[in-house]
Amino acid sequence: MAAVVPGNAAAPAVPAVRTRRREWLAALATAARTPRGAIGLTLAGLIIAVAVIGPYLAPHGIAEIVGPDLAKPSAHFPLGTDYLGRDVLSRVLAGGWVLLLMAASATAIGVSLGATAGISAAYLRGVADGAIMRTVDVILAFPQLVFALLLLSILGPRLWLITLAVGITHAPQVGRVIRAATLDVSEQDYVKAVELQGMRPAKVMAKEILPNLVTPLMVEIGLRLTYSIIIIAGLAFLGFGQNPPAASWGELINDNRAYLAVNPWAVIAPAVLIALLTIGVNTYSDAIARVAIGVDRRPEEAALLDDLGPREAA
Amino acid sequence: MTSNGPPGHAGPPGLPAAGDVRLEVSGLGVRARRGGAEVVSDVSFQVRAGEVLGLVGESGSGKTTVALALLGHARRGLRISAGEVRLDGSDLLRLGPADLRRARGARVAYVPQDPSAALNPALKIGTQLAEAFRVHPGVVGDPAERITQIMQEASLDPSPEMLRRYPHQLSGGQQQRVTLAMAFACRPSLIVLDEPTTGLDVSTQRHVLNTVRSMCSSYGVAAVYVSHDLAVVGGLVSDVAVMYAGRVIELGSTQRLFAEPMHPYTRGLLAAVPSPERAELLTGIEGQQPRPGSRGPGCAFAPRCGFAMDPCLQHEPEPVFIEGRTVRCLRAQELSGTPAPRAGVPAGSGPPPAGAALSVRGVSASYGPVPVLSGVDLDVPAQSCLAVVGESGSGKTTLARCIVGLHKDWTGEITFAGQPLAGSARQRPQETLKRVQYIFQNPYTSLNPRKTIAQIVAQPLEQFARLSHRERTARVDAVLADVSLGSGYAGRYPDQLSGGERQRVAIARALVVEPDLLVCDEVTSALDVSVQAVIVELLRRLQHERQLAMIFITHNLALVRNIAQSTIVLSQGTVVEAGPVEQILENPTNPYTVRLIQDVPRLAAAGTGQIRSAVRLDPAGPGGPPAPATRPASPWSAP
Repeated sequence: MAAVVPGNAAAPAVPAVRTRRREWLAALATAARTPRGAIGLTLAGLIIAVAVIGPYLAPHGIAEIVGPDLAKPSAHFPLGTDYLGRDVLSRVLAGGWVLLLMAASATAIGVSLGATAGISAAYLRGVADGAIMRTVDVILAFPQLVFALLLLSILGPRLWLITLAVGITHAPQVGRVIRAATLDVSEQDYVKAVELQGMRPAKVMAKEILPNLVTPLMVEIGLRLTYSIIIIAGLAFLGFGQNPPAASWGELINDNRAYLAVNPWAVIAPAVLIALLTIGVNTYSDAIARVAIGVDRRPEEAALLDDLGPREAA
Repeated sequence: MTSNGPPGHAGPPGLPAAGDVRLEVSGLGVRARRGGAEVVSDVSFQVRAGEVLGLVGESGSGKTTVALALLGHARRGLRISAGEVRLDGSDLLRLGPADLRRARGARVAYVPQDPSAALNPALKIGTQLAEAFRVHPGVVGDPAERITQIMQEASLDPSPEMLRRYPHQLSGGQQQRVTLAMAFACRPSLIVLDEPTTGLDVSTQRHVLNTVRSMCSSYGVAAVYVSHDLAVVGGLVSDVAVMYAGRVIELGSTQRLFAEPMHPYTRGLLAAVPSPERAELLTGIEGQQPRPGSRGPGCAFAPRCGFAMDPCLQHEPEPVFIEGRTVRCLRAQELSGTPAPRAGVPAGSGPPPAGAALSVRGVSASYGPVPVLSGVDLDVPAQSCLAVVGESGSGKTTLARCIVGLHKDWTGEITFAGQPLAGSARQRPQETLKRVQYIFQNPYTSLNPRKTIAQIVAQPLEQFARLSHRERTARVDAVLADVSLGSGYAGRYPDQLSGGERQRVAIARALVVEPDLLVCDEVTSALDVSVQAVIVELLRRLQHERQLAMIFITHNLALVRNIAQSTIVLSQGTVVEAGPVEQILENPTNPYTVRLIQDVPRLAAAGTGQIRSAVRLDPAGPGGPPAPATRPASPWSAP
């Protein structure tokens, strides 16, 4: 007989592999291999490296007055000095990490809050959905920067408060995106299957739904990181930031803008660094998004999937 | 005979083409652009005017790739690497992009699988039909007249009102007729149909097939019909090419090929097709096809073949021409006499035990204001299987969802083991949830892609039973072995499994908590026929071994005999007929049941003679199949 009666069939020999797969790592790696992703990652990586190791490389202290006021760039002061005679290069190298740390924390706060709200709204539906989404609408009615300014002017400018305020203003937008993604996932049969086992809703959301939202979450993280950098730098420019003499890139721009004509480098250097950082992060997260939706799938893989993928539609 | 050249030679075959050969494919090969893995290789066949060639194979056999290559198209990442597609003597693959575009639609037309995706939802039917004439002006005289004519031929109402409709205002069958009309509009020489009836009900499917058949013969076009379903193809095509792992492994006239399949794979496929006439032991084909790039030397089917010998694993068989067909099998000659045995199902093991495991009384359900079920009664006796049969839209899935508690919006009474069941799963006690298990229709969506097989199967155990880690692993391994999946599968993820393997995992997940009632919702409809046979056999065996009560929901009446003891027939939310399986299948009393039985596509309807005679456009026609050629007819199927 050509056919084998199933009951008697020995299970085909399969090597017992247990591959602990991390989907997000795979997506990050694939994205980094596309031209877009490679450029983005290189840019962002460079600027982050500058921010992180910069303080150790700075030739002078940030508050140290080392030369004449507003000196032109020279061999001794590659970017010149500022209005108090402090070394611009040292201040730029030292001013990045606070901004990065605040942006990363704000992103973490915003994405966690937003994802929790979005997943709960989509999965629980009904009253929870209505309450969460209307709150989101209210917060969205304020422009992000204005909302952050409002909080800061009431409570006073403290770094943790700035971070928290920026994080909170991200949450509604993240929530909307994640809610839409969750609506798709929660209609899948595998979610119904665990519901039929009587699994508690909180566990369903954490164990069954969340792992399937990894890609939209990664894209959101990239996007929110970009916005956090811009908003935090913007707030610093407006004067909400570290106390002098410490200064982050946003504050450096603000401090030195009056002397733009005399030593432009004190403004240009931090501005370029912020711009490159946001462009890099944004380009890389765009690459991740393209990988996730399949635009940048490797072509031979795409074709084979089309040809071999069994008819997935019911 | 449509195919007379052995399909082994690249380049034009030596035989002179008969006057009316319209399509001649020789040595067609398609490869991946990068890596150069062979997706399709060395495919050759011919189709004469007015005839239909069936291109049959499981998913992944390359049949759709071949179909697209006939239009000079290769999907992204693939390229046509060898061969010729000669249409009326000229090679389509040599045409430049502009000429190829002119040829598509006018000389070669394509009917897609899913009409709802192929028709533009924002344009009226009339506009879409007229598009072909705008793109190919001068192909026909008066477009308006031609549209009326083609609509009539496709059994569509050619009124202006119909032309003003949007695709969503048409039924699935009507939509598919529109795509057929579009394909035939410019009177092409070749039509490629890519499983155009897959999403349709058996009845609609039958009417669409009749339309295809009559249009092909009246226009004298050559048609290639791609399908995974031998039974569907049987009644329609004059010749069949069976594809496996990118090659045509058997090619011959439908009648001969179905009566005496020669290649072990063809035999396996035929044995997997269920029949409403007899309860047979369905034998599927274990294992799966090698993927392109991982096809070793030797016959690609050898690892799954019961007849394989050492040479099969070393030499790729060349096509040989025997008994009116071309076969790629080293042992074809010696096997040609061996009959393909078909075993009957071991008849009724024991008397049906008394007492109902589950009874449903007066259940009505609705989706919002739309009623789906009205007053359904049924009983599932303990340790026995009830089949629920109906077309799509008959409410059978809703019924299942009411029973397991996924659909809340129902009234009536469902009693399980003497206890009335609450409306939704949330309100039911854990014990009930454990005892009633549900298997979803589509194994591609019912397994969480982020979890390993072991995690998926262990999930219900964590929920329902307090077991140590070791006990749980032991239970999972035992149940995986029971569904013929080795322990090597435990660490894999669902996307590393084939459809059949996934459905086994779903079955294992349901059985691991040792339920009393198993509700199977069209569990084979997303699977290939050969895999369907394996899964149905598996369910049948497990139901007997574990003495389960089971509800088996299907639209395929032919499967019912293999698995169920009793059956109900659902139509538009009401039970139109209920009783033991034999009684319903042999003496159906309700006209709806009679029609359902008649519309089941069956292998016996194969044969070329049939195709010309059975041009029937009347959708209401009785259209019973002619006397089966290969199998004794049951008394009830004779006209």
